[in-house]
Amino acid sequence: MKVPIIVDGLRVEIDQGTPIINAARKAGVFIPTLCYHEALKPYGSCRLCMVEVVHDKQRRLVTSCNFPAEGGMEVFTDTSRVRQIRRMIVELLLARCPEVLMIRTMAKQMGIESSMFKKREANECILCGLCVRFCEEVVGVSAIGLANRGIDREVATPFKVASDVCIGCGACTYICPTGCIEMVPDEKTPRLRRMKMGNLTLVPCTNNYQCESCPREENFLAEMKNVITEFRSTYRRFTEKK
Amino acid sequence: MKIEKIDSILKKHEYRHSEIIGIMQDVQGIENYLPEGTLRYISEKLELSLTRIFDIVTFYKAFSLVPRGRHMIKVCCGTACHLGGAMQNLDRIKRTLHVREGETTEDRMFSLETVNCLGTCALAPVIQIGEDYHDAVIPGKIDNILAAYSAGHERQEVATD
Amino acid sequence: MRGKRLQQIRTIADLESLRESILQKRDSGKTVIRTCISTGCRAKKSVKIIDGLRNEIRKHGLQDQVEIKKTGCHGFCEMGPILVVEPENIFYCRVKPEDDVDIVSKTIIDGNFIKRLQWKDPGTREHTKYERTLPVYIKQKKDISFNCGKIDPTDIEDYIASGGYSALGKALATMTPAEVVETVVASGLRGRGGGGFPTGIKWRICSAAPGDIKYIIANGDEGDPGAFMDRSLMEGDPHSIIEGMIIGAFAIGARQGFIYVRQEYPIAIEHLSIAIQQAEEYGLLGKDILGAGLDFTIKIDRGAGAFVCGEETALIISIEGRSGTPRPRPPYPAIEGLWGKPTVLNNVETLGNITKILSKGADWYSNIGTDNSKGTKIFSLVGKVRNTGLVEVEMGTTLREIIFGIGGGIRKGKRFKAVQTGGPSGGCIPISKIDMPVDYDSLRDAGAIMGSGGMIVMDESSCMVDLARYFIHFLLFESCGKCIPCREGLKQMHHILTNICEGLGERGDIETLTELGRFMTTTSLCGLGGTASNPVLSTIRYFRDEYDAHIYNKKCRAGVCKNLFEYYIDEELCNGCTLCKVKCPEKAITGKKKKPHMIDPQKCIKCGICYSLCKLEAIRVR
Repeated sequence: MKVPIIVDGLRVEIDQGTPIINAARKAGVFIPTLCYHEALKPYGSCRLCMVEVVHDKQRRLVTSCNFPAEGGMEVFTDTSRVRQIRRMIVELLLARCPEVLMIRTMAKQMGIESSMFKKREANECILCGLCVRFCEEVVGVSAIGLANRGIDREVATPFKVASDVCIGCGACTYICPTGCIEMVPDEKTPRLRRMKMGNLTLVPCTNNYQCESCPREENFLAEMKNVITEFRSTYRRFTEKK
Repeated sequence: MKIEKIDSILKKHEYRHSEIIGIMQDVQGIENYLPEGTLRYISEKLELSLTRIFDIVTFYKAFSLVPRGRHMIKVCCGTACHLGGAMQNLDRIKRTLHVREGETTEDRMFSLETVNCLGTCALAPVIQIGEDYHDAVIPGKIDNILAAYSAGHERQEVATD
Repeated sequence: MRGKRLQQIRTIADLESLRESILQKRDSGKTVIRTCISTGCRAKKSVKIIDGLRNEIRKHGLQDQVEIKKTGCHGFCEMGPILVVEPENIFYCRVKPEDDVDIVSKTIIDGNFIKRLQWKDPGTREHTKYERTLPVYIKQKKDISFNCGKIDPTDIEDYIASGGYSALGKALATMTPAEVVETVVASGLRGRGGGGFPTGIKWRICSAAPGDIKYIIANGDEGDPGAFMDRSLMEGDPHSIIEGMIIGAFAIGARQGFIYVRQEYPIAIEHLSIAIQQAEEYGLLGKDILGAGLDFTIKIDRGAGAFVCGEETALIISIEGRSGTPRPRPPYPAIEGLWGKPTVLNNVETLGNITKILSKGADWYSNIGTDNSKGTKIFSLVGKVRNTGLVEVEMGTTLREIIFGIGGGIRKGKRFKAVQTGGPSGGCIPISKIDMPVDYDSLRDAGAIMGSGGMIVMDESSCMVDLARYFIHFLLFESCGKCIPCREGLKQMHHILTNICEGLGERGDIETLTELGRFMTTTSLCGLGGTASNPVLSTIRYFRDEYDAHIYNKKCRAGVCKNLFEYYIDEELCNGCTLCKVKCPEKAITGKKKKPHMIDPQKCIKCGICYSLCKLEAIRVR
């Protein structure tokens, strides 16, 4: 069922129940996110996509990645409250990952020189979970996962040794918004490459990353490439917006 | 751990993925920790990704990937115990046994852990050693309590108050 | 334990005739010794006391005249082990195994009181002879915890004899599921686990949700440090929770239920398992319950040590066999919960209320309590209060009545400073609000929450900055670590608070904490993160002067933050007993026998051993 909603003053017809973030995109409004991807279930971890919604005379803050749009809803993606929240998230991320280019760019756009928070770390991963969820939900191998909890939460392979189920598809390196998973040549077998994230090593690809000729799952990989390309272009549009 | 034992646990839980936490609790109940090999075996048998198992093992505090000591010391750090001086008790235990939280003494006699709340707040501060509860513990009593265990006293003979 | 019953209860008439026959078999003149075997009393050897009593009774050949009943928690845990002799209602506390001989020979045989085992009022030094006259109990209103301490939780017949399963019978025989839902709505019952969401509304949403398969889950993952009423209820009256669940299952149309219990509660798990097994044997769980066509089974799931699993979506994910990280809502569990099916999740204490509402009616229930908070609430009163334990009072009872009336005031004659409610999600309420009636709304307005009902009383020796740091530290490792505001926010908060406690606090820290705290409240993914900053925000609100003293004067007046105080010996009070000198691990204390001692601040590591041992309280903080 098509219903009308208003996003930042723009009227758009969408399917009832579409996540607000997608409905907004239809209206040409790009809501920033670091953990949402259309091919994956909403995860709601980065909170960057929070918007203000007025519905049934109620005004509330919601995450647009999982909140379903309903007819008559009015969405505000650029209010002072929303901007304040985004700013605080970037301040926190900047303290966690001061060296990550993407985060520094975002901070710069908001006029943040250095984080207001004093505890600085040298992380590169923001724990958005995109790589883990992509590996599980789309690739279907679950070579990498999450481990520990609280401030010790991290991306890891089981027992922190090279995974024996990684197919080396490289999806994690493509989808990672901070670029902290890299593909590096294997020192012993130069034809092969490894996925590395800090000390974490995934098992090498056996086809030298020639995905097009990959004997494993040709169709699947082609489709996945599209999804990844889509994601990256969306993301680029956000960073280039301002 | 014997394969047959693991199999019987898996069978009891009907090889269900949703039972994985209960399965690992049962394994740990026998083995007192979760050996890597056993987890790999369970993963294979259940056709459940090792990633998920590793996530669960490291997420929940009850699971341990390393063997633990004969006596499990659980220092309750609930609010009532904290106000009663649990941190000072913990400090004392650490100094006496030369271990930190989550560690086991060299002689494998004690493992030290902190727990959120044992639910015996009226007896605060509480320390649980094995199945014994020690209530209203003060730093000055710690060494005596521990000595009673390392001397190999039977449980019943250890003075609790 | 009796053997498997061949004759199951198939109809409500069966249930009533069973109740009759159990009551008929009872001999009201028989001596019954009720002893608590819950965790608190068991920790103080109540099981050994029971064995000893058995021996003594056998020795005197009184097996037929005296019955020992193992019960759940009486609530007055600090005075455990607790023992009540019926029918006289004689109350003994702090019983030791060696008292067995006297109890049998003096009280049971000769009918005399044993004075040393009676409860003595620390103020008036008066002795209390009977349980019914115990001041701590008189001021309470025990509705939900009524059976705890009275019945044998491992015997279904004892529960049935006390009127158990009659609410279920009434619901199944005379009401439709919709009528049950509306009764609970009309009662005004709100969830006892934390959020305080109206239980009836939750049931209504779930029963209206499309789908044939629905689930009901009892949340017994009582993770709040300082709260243990759920444990006590599960240990002491497990059938009331099961009965509440069956009624709930009937109301929403569920055929499968789960009880999620934290593994730190082995006795609760044991008693619940026995209760479920007995209910199955008696036909109260299983197929066609009481001939009403209701099929329902219950499974116990043990938690594995994660505070966040008290959050409803995390708990559901944990039952599904994954690490308990909350997922974003909507969809709400009542629409899409366990395995994607409509699921009702109720706290065990909430379920304990259901049987009372059904048997006595919504009107009766809604007359108890305040406008928006109905019924009674069990609080665990702990900390620096004289009478610690569980207390059940009507909603709207003032803090003063709870802490001073029932709790008997502060220990060791110290001054009341604050009470912390709601655990790591709650806040601190200062003395200025002592006459506040306690209900969901008043607590929220005061910057705290009801939570599960933990009440931790603090005196002048408790440092509020340290307490805030304690809760944040707790949450650092109990947060699931999924969303940025909670994980990164807690990390920064902890860093700031630790600095303040170590004497490194700076101007602007309080403002940063406040801003960050408010941000976390509005943006976190789940209830844990959304309330995580409450301990910080509420202590800043009421105890800003303590923060200032830590930051600007570098002083912790409570004597908790090690870098900000030192111990000294009051020469007037010290009698030179040398105990502190002998016990000091750093040899920092000097002095001659019978002469005032001295502490060398250079050597002192502030381990607190001397402070904890000195009987004269000559060791002071400055």
